[in-house]
Amino acid sequence: MDYFLELFLGGLTRGSIYALIALGYTMVYGIIGLINFAHGEIYMIGAFTGLIAASVLTLLGLNGSAILVLASLAAIVYAAAYGYTIERVAYRPLRNAPRLSPLISAIGMSIFLQNYVLLAQTSDFLPFPSLIPEFAFIEPYAHIIGSSEVVILLVTAVAMVLLTLIIKYTRVGRAMRATAQDKEMAMLVGVDVNRIISTTFVIGSGLAALGGILIASHIGQINFSIGFVAGIKAFTAAVLGGIGSIPGAVLGGFVLGCTESFATGYVSSDYEDVFAFSLLVLILIFRPAGILGRSSTEKV
Amino acid sequence: MAGSGSGKSHGEILRHSLSIALWFVFLTFPILVIRINPVEQIIVWRWHNMAMVGLGSFFLALAGGIYLKKRGAAPPSLVPGRFAVFRKRFYEEPLLHGPVLALCALFVFVFPHIFSSYQTNIMTTALIYVVLGLGLNIVVGLAGLLDLGYVAFYAVGAYSYALLNHHFGLGFWTVLPVGAGLAAVFGILLGFPVLRLRGDYLAIVTLGFGEIIRLILENWNDFSFGPSGIANIPRPGLFGVEMSLEASTNYLYYLMIGLVLGTIFVVNRLQNSRIGRAWIALREDEIACQAMGIDKTATKLAAFALGAFWAGMVGVIFAAKTTFINPASFTFLESAIILSIVVLGGMGSIVGVVIAAMVLILLPEYLRAFAEFRMLLFGAVLVVMMVFRPQGLIRSTKRRYRLPVKTAHGHRG
Repeated sequence: MDYFLELFLGGLTRGSIYALIALGYTMVYGIIGLINFAHGEIYMIGAFTGLIAASVLTLLGLNGSAILVLASLAAIVYAAAYGYTIERVAYRPLRNAPRLSPLISAIGMSIFLQNYVLLAQTSDFLPFPSLIPEFAFIEPYAHIIGSSEVVILLVTAVAMVLLTLIIKYTRVGRAMRATAQDKEMAMLVGVDVNRIISTTFVIGSGLAALGGILIASHIGQINFSIGFVAGIKAFTAAVLGGIGSIPGAVLGGFVLGCTESFATGYVSSDYEDVFAFSLLVLILIFRPAGILGRSSTEKV
Repeated sequence: MAGSGSGKSHGEILRHSLSIALWFVFLTFPILVIRINPVEQIIVWRWHNMAMVGLGSFFLALAGGIYLKKRGAAPPSLVPGRFAVFRKRFYEEPLLHGPVLALCALFVFVFPHIFSSYQTNIMTTALIYVVLGLGLNIVVGLAGLLDLGYVAFYAVGAYSYALLNHHFGLGFWTVLPVGAGLAAVFGILLGFPVLRLRGDYLAIVTLGFGEIIRLILENWNDFSFGPSGIANIPRPGLFGVEMSLEASTNYLYYLMIGLVLGTIFVVNRLQNSRIGRAWIALREDEIACQAMGIDKTATKLAAFALGAFWAGMVGVIFAAKTTFINPASFTFLESAIILSIVVLGGMGSIVGVVIAAMVLILLPEYLRAFAEFRMLLFGAVLVVMMVFRPQGLIRSTKRRYRLPVKTAHGHRG
């Protein structure tokens, strides 16, 4: 039973990271119908910026929790800046191009960013300091859950609630939903569509960076290529829940995380990624609209 | 004074470029300037990188701004440039075609005799990518199905030769059709479930499929010998003739030339055939295409199968050429490279694919100094290409229905 619980909580932790990244995919897809291939790289850049900030702050002699907060802030700000720039440089000029063009541009961006970090930093795995402090009250349950897992779950939950509130009740959120429904109509009623799309990229990137720094500090190492697999899996989560749907992305993340966790725990850890990809293929074949998505018929 | 839309003064351009430069300095600051060594707790500050980024982006933005201003000011020229005139004449002058083709053929034929076998080897690699590009061109360029896992079929071909040879001692020429056939079967296997998907979803599923194949090859040690791969794969034979290493390199080169010619011939014929036009119709509009009575299922499956067929065949040759394969040769990056060959060449254009494959594979080989920047440039080229020239190096021409000669004659200039 304990083993089951451990796997389940591990799956939830993993899943919440997927969910944080998946939100960026799903928001961008909902609004401009593009699979932002470079999103995984944003997550990686967020984690790297966090690591660099944490190292510099450590040398400056700050203490633990200040480092955690400042490094997370740096990661989020920089990831958001990268997300914004990528949209401006690689996607905005292609707003009215055929569907394949922005997708290929996104793949190019992803390759570019990976190699940018590889050349500017290193190809080795870098150890990531454990920024999250150990809590005393977790101690009795240490065989099931660690304190970093608790923090990840809590932070994710808070981020989800905040995001939902933003999208439901603020002006920007309303404009986002309007743009997702009908870009031209939104423009007609005075929504600055380009600004709203930029905002979407900024928010999505910030969430990805948050996920990046949390998981890096949990796992303890990062490398320039972590973005690719994480990106694909997060995209799987987004599709699983129904792409374009925000609760769907969260649910998809949890389902994927738990599936992986149980599969590696009970079957074999060699095929961890195979399970994720197979799940993706199966979902797309049998329920292309996802768990919470609605299927739409194309009208001529 | 400038054209109405782009009336920016020089001062504004300067200020704009300055803000772009500042933005990029800010953006690249942590990753490009600071280098950390978490183990020894050392931090290296590389300020020269910041200066480079700042100056580089400033002058690029300045040049771009001035170019846009100039272009906005000058009315678009109606007279085609000298190069365009020459190109048009070259295309339309049949007298020129014979000698040019003959020269090309001569060059191709004597290539291994005037250059070292190192060069021949590189050229063979480039030719392999030409065929891969042409094969993927069927799927992506003609049928419009974005396949991001194409390298999986290449892997199927390569592994079928390696494994069949290892276990049953089958020779190159036996496995060549077998590998191609197996890859085609995999193409259909992949094709069936994804028939209903379109566009982006298809891209992701094919990507997942490609990764699954690679991961299986990496982890299923009993079957594929895992990450250590398979060594000592024999080179292709020629009726049992013993060949030196150099002779066999040349032999493989000529083999590839033959295969490239064969592929070009087949793809060209396919393009203008019934199924080729069905693919193009499918690419342009799926619903309209079905309304015209085209069997969507069969057409899509044919595209997958034929595309995979070439990849499988080349995979066998790749295994024979390197005599060693492991899963690391079949990553997503390979798929991305092949895709960029198709995109860069102008989707659907055969000449474009050939040129793009040569450029993308040979250029990095000869620019060894830039070797580490190769993938960086690669990604950048994809983005720049999509933004500035989405139709590729050579735009594929659409087939036109010509009116009977009588009326066409009167309009010739």
